[in-house]
Amino acid sequence: APVKLHFPHPQNSNHKFLSTTIQVIEDDRSNRGSEPFVTGVRGQVPPLVTTNFLVKDQGNASPRYIRCTSYNIPCTSDMAKQSQVPLAAVIKPLATLPPDETLPYLVDHGESGPVRCNRCKAYMCPFMQFIEGGRRFQCCFCSCVTEVPPHYFQHLDHTGKRVDFYDRPELSLGSYEFLATVDYCKNNKFPSPPAFIFMIDVSYNAVKSGLVRLICEELKSLLDYLPREGNMEESAIRVGFVTYNKVLHFYNVKSSLAQPQMMVVSDVADMFVPLLDGFLVNVNESRTVIISLLDQIPEMFADTRETETVFGPVIQAGLEALKAAECAGKLFIFHTSLPIAEAPGKLKNRDDKKLINTDKEKTLFQPQTSFYNNLAKDCVAQGCCVDLFLFPNQYLDVATLGIVTYQTGGSIYKYAYFQVRTDQDRFLNDLRRDVQKEVGFDAVMRVRTSTGIRATDFFGAFFMSNTTDVEMAGLDCDKTITVEFKHDDKLSEDSGALLQCALLYTSCAGQRRLRIHNLSLNCCTQLADLYRNCETDTLINYLAKYAYRGVLNSPVKTVRDALINQCAQILACYRKNCASPSSAGQLILPECMKLLPVYLNCVLKSDVLQPGPEVTTDDRAYIRQLVTSMDVAETNVFFYPRLLPVVTDVDSDSLPAAIRNSEERLSKGDIYLLENGLNIFVWVGVNVQQGLIQNLFGVSSFSQISSTLNTLPVLENPFSKKVRSIIDMLQVQRSRYMKLIIVKQEDKLEMLFKQFLVEDKSLTGGASYVDFLCHMHKEIRQLLS
Amino acid sequence: MATYLEFIQQNEERDGVRFSWNVWPSSRLEATRMVVPLACLLTPLKERPDLPPVQYEPVLCSRPTCKAVLNPLCQVDYRAKLWACNFCFQRNQFPPAYAGISEVNQPAELMPQFSTIEYIVQRGPQTPLIFLYVVDTCLEEEDLQALKESLQMSLSLLPADALVGLITFGRMVQVHELSCEGISKSYVFRGTKDLTAKQIQDMLGLSRPAVPVQQGRPLQTQEQPAISSRFLQPVHKIDMNLTDLLGELQRDPWPVTQGKRPLRSTGVALSIAVGLLEGTFPNTGARIMLFTGGPPTQGPGMVVGDELKTPIRSWHDIEKDNARFMKKATKHYETLANRTAANGHCIDIYACALDQTGLLEMKCCANLTGGHMVMGDSFNTSLFKQTFQRVFNKGFNGDFRMAFGASLEVKTSRELKIAGAIGPCVSLNAKGPCVSENELGIGGTSQWKICSLDPSTTLAIYFEVVNQHNAPIPQGGRGAVQFVTQYQHSSTQKRIRVTTIARNWADAQSQLQHIEAAFDQEAAAVLMARLGVYRAESEEGPDVLRWLDRQLIRLCQKFGQYNKDDPNSFRLSESFSLYPQFMFHLRRSPFLQVFNNSPDESSYYRHHFARQDLTQSLIMIQPILYAYSFHGPPETIAQWQKAGYQDMPEYENFKHLLQAPLDDAQEILQTRFPMPRYIHTEHGGSQARFLLSKVNPSQTHNNLYAWGQESGAPILTDDVSLQVFMDHLKKLAVSSAS
Repeated sequence: APVKLHFPHPQNSNHKFLSTTIQVIEDDRSNRGSEPFVTGVRGQVPPLVTTNFLVKDQGNASPRYIRCTSYNIPCTSDMAKQSQVPLAAVIKPLATLPPDETLPYLVDHGESGPVRCNRCKAYMCPFMQFIEGGRRFQCCFCSCVTEVPPHYFQHLDHTGKRVDFYDRPELSLGSYEFLATVDYCKNNKFPSPPAFIFMIDVSYNAVKSGLVRLICEELKSLLDYLPREGNMEESAIRVGFVTYNKVLHFYNVKSSLAQPQMMVVSDVADMFVPLLDGFLVNVNESRTVIISLLDQIPEMFADTRETETVFGPVIQAGLEALKAAECAGKLFIFHTSLPIAEAPGKLKNRDDKKLINTDKEKTLFQPQTSFYNNLAKDCVAQGCCVDLFLFPNQYLDVATLGIVTYQTGGSIYKYAYFQVRTDQDRFLNDLRRDVQKEVGFDAVMRVRTSTGIRATDFFGAFFMSNTTDVEMAGLDCDKTITVEFKHDDKLSEDSGALLQCALLYTSCAGQRRLRIHNLSLNCCTQLADLYRNCETDTLINYLAKYAYRGVLNSPVKTVRDALINQCAQILACYRKNCASPSSAGQLILPECMKLLPVYLNCVLKSDVLQPGPEVTTDDRAYIRQLVTSMDVAETNVFFYPRLLPVVTDVDSDSLPAAIRNSEERLSKGDIYLLENGLNIFVWVGVNVQQGLIQNLFGVSSFSQISSTLNTLPVLENPFSKKVRSIIDMLQVQRSRYMKLIIVKQEDKLEMLFKQFLVEDKSLTGGASYVDFLCHMHKEIRQLLS
Repeated sequence: MATYLEFIQQNEERDGVRFSWNVWPSSRLEATRMVVPLACLLTPLKERPDLPPVQYEPVLCSRPTCKAVLNPLCQVDYRAKLWACNFCFQRNQFPPAYAGISEVNQPAELMPQFSTIEYIVQRGPQTPLIFLYVVDTCLEEEDLQALKESLQMSLSLLPADALVGLITFGRMVQVHELSCEGISKSYVFRGTKDLTAKQIQDMLGLSRPAVPVQQGRPLQTQEQPAISSRFLQPVHKIDMNLTDLLGELQRDPWPVTQGKRPLRSTGVALSIAVGLLEGTFPNTGARIMLFTGGPPTQGPGMVVGDELKTPIRSWHDIEKDNARFMKKATKHYETLANRTAANGHCIDIYACALDQTGLLEMKCCANLTGGHMVMGDSFNTSLFKQTFQRVFNKGFNGDFRMAFGASLEVKTSRELKIAGAIGPCVSLNAKGPCVSENELGIGGTSQWKICSLDPSTTLAIYFEVVNQHNAPIPQGGRGAVQFVTQYQHSSTQKRIRVTTIARNWADAQSQLQHIEAAFDQEAAAVLMARLGVYRAESEEGPDVLRWLDRQLIRLCQKFGQYNKDDPNSFRLSESFSLYPQFMFHLRRSPFLQVFNNSPDESSYYRHHFARQDLTQSLIMIQPILYAYSFHGPPETIAQWQKAGYQDMPEYENFKHLLQAPLDDAQEILQTRFPMPRYIHTEHGGSQARFLLSKVNPSQTHNNLYAWGQESGAPILTDDVSLQVFMDHLKKLAVSSAS
């Protein structure tokens, strides 16, 4: 049922009538969490991302792989334009599934490869129509009729289904994989297993902070956990090592050597790889040499006085190494400072906070040189993915340094003012996860659609050299691509609309594969059907990415206004066409969009669109890039953080129920946790019982709690265990290890914490939920009048 | 009076000097009519076991433009303690240290037997010798192994305090750091990119960074030597490390596909070696020792592409202007050679391969710096191994037979000027009143730099008589020349050797027979040969031969006795009699003839010819054939040998006969550097061609039947025999037409 709110005056507004995120989430959980979500039926809206549910693939891809802004698409472009509801899918092709769901089956069609439509090249899928007794099939995307190859022929049963329907994943499931033939490989050659190259900044700061030693120590054990395929005994991935400051040091770690050998390349203007044999090695074969190297690196540079670094040549070196080895791979770069040493890709400090709220603000998000864009192009061509771990003590221009990472499908991690003591857990957990996580290389993704709509716009960390193929040097299980669709013809309610996302990639063992996700959607001629089948979380994911891209080209204010305007139009259209007539003073929201205003307000208040004084330029660039690759669950919690009261009832296993992000929900006598995917705050009220403080922090009073702690002390009491286990539960749900910050009520850190109480008016001028709702209402009324 | 032969020999033994003329024609005009220029072969560091060096500074003439060294030819006023310079006649005060001199208490440099004297002087800090190995790793496994062993062995031959460094190259160039423990470290350079000296030094971290000056703290000077010491270390400190490092050297790992040559970056490797020493040890004795097993195939200095189907340039290609890389490569190596020479370092080239290795293009590296050039088939041969070992041979007093960074200055009395020098040297561009405008060899200077030399290194120095015909020299006047060689002895001492010689003037019209009698035809032959070879490096071969012939004919016309147009009447006096024969052999020698030689071989022969002393040079021009026999025909001996008579006790004398040439050959092999190619052959053997190409072709396929059947086999050549040559020469000399 539509939500009706009455707003004669904002001052008098009654908060009780506000739709609460908590309520919506809880309702969905209780209504849909118990039953498995079976994907057989076209156009079903899946449960919310915040709900735990089981998926059964019966012919459509799981919502873990694809979520849409709407599962019922307007039949015509006019309707779509009228509603202003963006049609978009958020695709996470290599998403990790919970253990009780089955991974996509791998289908091997031998040398002939997967069966495809002759015209549009769509892959065999459950929606293909077999005709003429199974001798031909009609493409569900383009209607072209294709001969069934003899080896694939099968008779049809009385319903027109092939009799082997249930034996073949590509006929019965929404998601599956094909083994690719040599035709799908670069240069018509099956790929070699990929390589990981660890490239460690050994300039003064990196050495002094203990970072170099920490990385080397960690790598010694981490190298045993490189991703491996299925039940393979050891990883096929080869590893290589480079250290650098103003020059690069390559290491020969060939197994036959007694000692590693260092090869210095100082010609950074014209990078090359000085060795062929012995640079990329199998970990088990070269173990002793590698261990010896990792032992010696911190010693060798212990007395370094070199403060300057290069960056462009580092990536070039990794790229050249992969080229020489004729394989794809990933560079793990650990970098500390703005690369000011004389070399290609040298940068200058151009940070200028005065540009905020001016027309030039966009330049802060743009790279300062096109060098890295060109380099990224080369990296993508080779399948060289770049993961970047940054440890800045000052501005290092994430907007520029991150370009290659961004365009190659890599990840950026940033640890400002890194200190081993406080940040090592977070960094090491991130590193471990980053190294171990499932990843594909040299990937190309193409989204095919049935006639009537087509994919027109893409958001995420990738590179595109044409308008259809999304190229990613690397694609891991956390990376998400948001795809927008537009009409190019009419759709019909009967046939609905189909999406097929095909991802060609090289697995971590060097196998070339195709992962196919299919999704069927309904089509409607009534706007009401559209508004009944939307998903606000996905809508927000799309809108945030759209806005975050907008800041590259437009003033931030323009972007914010456009966002508000679009949402007002969506809601006005609903009001005009779907809601029963009522007084103009009433704000009427569709049921599935009742949280749109509160979430939109969060997007508008985020650091990228409305930075607070303590937010650095690098932070904004960093967040901008992070959000661009986030899935729906991540954007949900990032924009509307989860606030949990720490209950003293230590017996319950489950997480405590979340509460609204508002200061008035916080009680002085309680402890709360707030998480947004990047940070976890532990908020301690001034009146918390001393016993609890003793149990949790090991100190006797509130005033003795140190706010510089980054972990809770490990104390042997049920309360401490309980809180730490809650934190651990939250940590494992996120793709990055969150930074723990302890906030004492009325302490100065509380200012930072309050930024995350997103329903309240923010210090930087962000509206409260109620104020924003009034504002939206005003906008809608203006549109309607 | 002793004969001129004895005089010449004595002078050579004492001063290491052989003049073409030992009595000098007293006017410019007459001198030019002598055909053979007034010139000398000088062996600056000729071994003189009987000459202990003196430990003080030489006394110099005070005239700034003269600065000749006090010598036995100077007039001395013992009472006034004055001496008169015999070159510029300046009267000079003796320095205070000479207060005690008198007729009976003369300093050594005034005694006639010390016309050559050596001074040990204190100049600057003594730096140890430096040896920088530049090693090609694109070798066959067996070759590389042999080379590694030779290099490892050489470490034990170096002086313990010598600095040693290692650069290896293949597709890339690696400069090895020798100071580090644990991890072995090297700096790697692309083999295709030429870098300036500054870039190389920056990239090796040799340029001293601007140390932030901290208030109130003195600069720490102790750290400075550490910078260069990363690459150059005293051999006693790192010989274990370096032995291991050499042992672990692998063949260049980059794959070489079928039909390709390995990519060899010799040009960049040498450039880096030169740049490294330039930045760290300018003006101290250093040898860059390049060991290469093939031609440079990439980057600056490449001589041939990597496609095996394109062969390396031949003389034919060069004549047809078809050697596409030659000019550029030569320019690259010349630039390097000149920089090396300016730094006082030298470059040795040890090239071992069956095919050419680019010596033609690289020759200047050795030629301009006094470095060695060794050419062999493989590093795994005794030729290379023993030659290389011999580089580190020691002289009579236990010092290395190598000296570094020498400068040779020549001073002349005013009737003479200096026309130039030919030898392993570069000009120091020292202009002055005694420098002639007419250049012979490297001219326009009175000083040359010889970056590396040994006791046998010999330069040819050419003079011009400038005295005018109408200004006769008084009876008994003598012309004088002083050679001042400053050098770094292998013990790292700075030394100065001074040789002052004088010869009588004679009027060529009235006293031609004196001049004639004092002609040194051996020296003259070698001096003319050097001029010829020098010209051959820049001119076409036939032009040089024509010039040489013309000179010979003119000499015969001038000094022969004959009746016009009667060849049979032609006679040459004893002092000229061998000269035509030398010229005959010179014309056929590989120094002037390129037929049957590759460009590399020609460069190699010419390199050695331009530095050997007179005796060796003469043998090189006219080889010596020794005969051993029982007075039987030679075929029989080969047959006896095949039959194994030498192994039977009753034919022991036959065994001895067979052994005698072998023993003699071994003796010769031991004395030469580089070790000669040793060929053991027999009549009709395939290797006999090496011998036959050297002998006088008195019987060829062209005149076989004219000479009858009885003596040896014909030699397949179109060259004329000595007899025909002489007949022709006589005809031309006596012809009134010419």
